[in-house]
Amino acid sequence: MLANLTAAMDFQGKALVLRADRQRVIASNIANADTPGYAGRDINFKEAMHTALGTSSSLTLKPTPPSGVRSDSVSHRQHIPLQPTLGSLGGSGPALEYTTQSQPAMDANSVDLDRERANFVDNAVRYEATLRFINGSSRTILSAIQGQ
Amino acid sequence: MSMFSIFNVSGSAISSQSQRLNVVASNLANVDAVAGPDGQGYKARQVVFETVPMGSEASSGVKVSKIMESDAPLKRVHNPMHPSADAEGYVTQSNVNPVEEMVNMISASRSYQNNVEVMNTAKTLLLKTLQMGQ
Repeated sequence: MLANLTAAMDFQGKALVLRADRQRVIASNIANADTPGYAGRDINFKEAMHTALGTSSSLTLKPTPPSGVRSDSVSHRQHIPLQPTLGSLGGSGPALEYTTQSQPAMDANSVDLDRERANFVDNAVRYEATLRFINGSSRTILSAIQGQ
Repeated sequence: MSMFSIFNVSGSAISSQSQRLNVVASNLANVDAVAGPDGQGYKARQVVFETVPMGSEASSGVKVSKIMESDAPLKRVHNPMHPSADAEGYVTQSNVNPVEEMVNMISASRSYQNNVEVMNTAKTLLLKTLQMGQ
């Protein structure tokens, strides 16, 4: 019952964690804008979100634990696996990809500072939007509980 | 909390850029320095940045790996009246190029500002996250 109430918040929570991760990656790119040989990284949000929700859009192989070997969250095969807690996506986080060079530099640095700044601001706005969605649904649930 | 490492990453960049600014300042200060009795004048210095991993794959900071001296020939100016002039009347000065240093300074200060802004944005986002559900 409560799971139905908080399903929307689960979705937004995962989106928030991914946005925070992407913010961190872009901050690393901006920090290394002058480092020779640095290759810019980025997160494909759509793919990462699909992976986080378990609805992979591309053909990816999911590792299944072989019988007899227990996976991380289950101690017995007939036990219900633990749900990954909010605030972590499980595994080693979203897959990182490399950004393409827009204007090749002499020092082989692939960071385009203008693009990274734009991405940073864009990601910050989307992070705040996700926060507002979470606040909105938490307010909705609270008013439903209080019945006022 | 993953966003907290933004402060480490941007902090390392700010510290590296301020070191670069320091080197530029010492280069500019020594533009007109003449060579000592050994004939070795001041050589322009440059910082070399290097990526340093910080905890995870997603966050990588930056550090100054070494400070290199320029190999450019020292500037020789004909000034027989100068007390440090050699037998031919030439004074050896540093090999600092002031124009290059000014460009370096602007680049360093822009990068510094960028990283300060990144930290400010991360701080705002974290503060708003703290107010979640209120």
